[in-house]
Amino acid sequence: MKQDFKILGTRPIRPDGLDKVTGKAMFGADKSVTGMLHARILRSPHAHAEIVSINTAKAEALAGVKAVITGDDFADVENSATRYTMQNCMAQGRALYDGHAVAAVAAVSKAVAAEALKLIEVEYKTLPHVTDVDEAMLPGAPVLHEGVKARTLGDDVSGNTVGYYSFGHGDLETGFSEADEVIERTFKTAAVHQGYIEPHACLADLGGDGRGELWCSTQGHYMVREVCSEILHIDASQLRVTASEIGGGFGGKTTVFIEPVALKLSQKAGKPVKLVMSRDEVFRASGPTMSSSIDIKIGMTKAGKITGAHAKLRYQGGAFPYEMVMMGAMSAFAAYDLEHVQAEGWDVMTNRPKMISYRAPGAPMAVYAVESVVDELCQKLGLDPIDTRLLNAAREGTKSSYGPTFKAIGLVEALEAAKAHPHYSAPLAPNTGRGISCGFWFNFGGQVSVSMAINADGTVSLIEGNPDIGGSRASISMMAAEALGIEFDRVRTIVGDTASVGFSDVTDGSRVTFAVGIATIKAANAAIKEMCKRAAKIWDIDAEAVEWVDGAAQPTGHNAGDFPPMSLAEIAATSGKTGGPIAGHHEGAPDKAGVSFGVHMVDVEVDPETGFTSIKRYTAFQDVGKAIHPAYVEGQIQGGAAQGIGWALNEEYIYGEDGRLQNPGFLDYRIPVASDLPMIEAVIIEVPNPGHPFGVRGCGETSIVPPLAAVANGVAHAIGVRMFALPMSPPKILKVL
Amino acid sequence: MARVVIFGSLRAFTGGVETMEIEAATTRELLKKLTARYPALFDTIESGVSLAIDGEVFKDAWFTPIGPESEVVIMPLMVGG
Repeated sequence: MKQDFKILGTRPIRPDGLDKVTGKAMFGADKSVTGMLHARILRSPHAHAEIVSINTAKAEALAGVKAVITGDDFADVENSATRYTMQNCMAQGRALYDGHAVAAVAAVSKAVAAEALKLIEVEYKTLPHVTDVDEAMLPGAPVLHEGVKARTLGDDVSGNTVGYYSFGHGDLETGFSEADEVIERTFKTAAVHQGYIEPHACLADLGGDGRGELWCSTQGHYMVREVCSEILHIDASQLRVTASEIGGGFGGKTTVFIEPVALKLSQKAGKPVKLVMSRDEVFRASGPTMSSSIDIKIGMTKAGKITGAHAKLRYQGGAFPYEMVMMGAMSAFAAYDLEHVQAEGWDVMTNRPKMISYRAPGAPMAVYAVESVVDELCQKLGLDPIDTRLLNAAREGTKSSYGPTFKAIGLVEALEAAKAHPHYSAPLAPNTGRGISCGFWFNFGGQVSVSMAINADGTVSLIEGNPDIGGSRASISMMAAEALGIEFDRVRTIVGDTASVGFSDVTDGSRVTFAVGIATIKAANAAIKEMCKRAAKIWDIDAEAVEWVDGAAQPTGHNAGDFPPMSLAEIAATSGKTGGPIAGHHEGAPDKAGVSFGVHMVDVEVDPETGFTSIKRYTAFQDVGKAIHPAYVEGQIQGGAAQGIGWALNEEYIYGEDGRLQNPGFLDYRIPVASDLPMIEAVIIEVPNPGHPFGVRGCGETSIVPPLAAVANGVAHAIGVRMFALPMSPPKILKVL
Repeated sequence: MARVVIFGSLRAFTGGVETMEIEAATTRELLKKLTARYPALFDTIESGVSLAIDGEVFKDAWFTPIGPESEVVIMPLMVGG
């Protein structure tokens, strides 16, 4: 594995920075074309209702209205997952949650479209609803969809229980019998939204001939193309999708909510259609993450050794079948080397918007519950929380709680860095507590495509197929420059549309820098091979007698010939005469992503009179394998920590008895803003991933996993009372004081 | 022969069997032999699984080589955010 780098680890100026701060960057809603229409969506005011009838005649008659659609305009699709996605975009027969789309209008202006919505007559027959996960699991609960219950489950749970998973090894009874102290607790966490600043937005143009163009804000434009072409019954090749600059996604833009609607309206109206969600719609009808109800039981010896651990995770994921609790069950105890462990999980449907991924989906709430109990055990047994975690920490060779045996991992290094950091020994002020938590995320590989052109002026143009949601264009350019041996500013990376480069999986799972990075290195190697061949031709020697060193071709030794090195720029300059353009490309599906661990430490101060919690100091330690561009890596760690702090302290979906969302806006749904937080110190740990030529691990998701428990443990120490539900907002803290 | 480990809830489809030995050169061959032995696993495997081979996680990769002494853990298909 390469470890001596010239470009990696430096901090060049962010290539996306200038466009973003000057307003030049084109986001989802920024694209307009002549003659385009504006669309609006009518949404259900009921948590659960049969749609008896929809009369669109008056809306269609309104001057300026060009198309009106309902669920009846969408033909069935074969794939059940795609059908659920389609029915989430536009209800068919039943409205399954408050905010579920029931009709849409395209008109000459937003005002006309809004007026037309008022003229659509929908007759509903309300049905019983359920929004709480534990209630939804009970036999007799209103069932969202029949026939989708997990096939291994019995009559003790309702048909809303669509998934059951269990992981672990050993014997729990033996484990708990060996403990000196056993603590068993139940936790609840609220559903939270990804909170991206940019609402879902798209511009669709689909002709009657089935050829279409779609511009949208997404984490995966190939996914958008596949899903939309299936829903619209058109060939994938005929729909070109371009990903806009993205104003945040965090997992929330890994599916479609409005794109099929805009395409269908465009097809019907014969004109381009622009559709932009309001913030209210984003909250009510685009996926938040799951809420949860969790039981944890952990046994520990007086010396701090965990002898047995059991988790039961019940996740609420909204109105359609989904699979996500498994990620929580697999993450729950991943930080520990345990002999007796089991984590079980149930996926449950309710009358809420369908969940979608949110940064390390499923892990934060599971780890919150586990790390809270570990902290309580340490407190009760008088143990140091970091020493105790070090005693139990997973390391290379540990059989993980979810099955695989870990390769090289950096949890011990992160814990040791935390213990040695001045933050850990700093004195605490009154009403202040210090919380610690570990966190874990898997990281993924997956399908990628990269095309790299060596330009005649010695620069490099690189096209890849993954939207840049966290600095990947910079890291990919840096890896290309490192592999080619040229300066960073000689490379420009762009995200191609679906017709420009091969298929690429969604930007998720902290996969892009890892997987696209490998494809980039392989594309560079292909280009290098060709450049060595061109140099060999010029020198009239065998191609095998040429090697690439420091950005130039050179003979492998004196026997190969006595020629001065020929740089990339020199070879590129003559490419037209030596065989034509030089390029490299790679398409593949890299695996061996390498898991990542983090440790967060926070000092919180709780005002005993108001219950308000302020973050006084926050330090996050994370193993990232190799930090390509440390500033972006620090940003990922800080961003995840900030989101986790919001999850712990304030953010929650609040539903009324009527099953309607009570707080669909940033005034009533409180996310942390810059003035709420101190500078979060990010400490980068580098334990190279053996599965990547440069040692890279994903780094985007692990950072949201530890903050929930770190903050909760800090609050418990500050107020002397442990709370078992998130968020710990001021009224809830006041209640327990 | 590779040692195959089935994760907890999937054992409902193997009659409770947690580990078994299967001779296979690739992941595709292994999954085919696994479903032949336990037909109830077909739906789950057909809809996609992840495999950890000697600690490295692979997703939907048919031709990943498996060594004769390898440990292969069958896991659900994983997704990220």
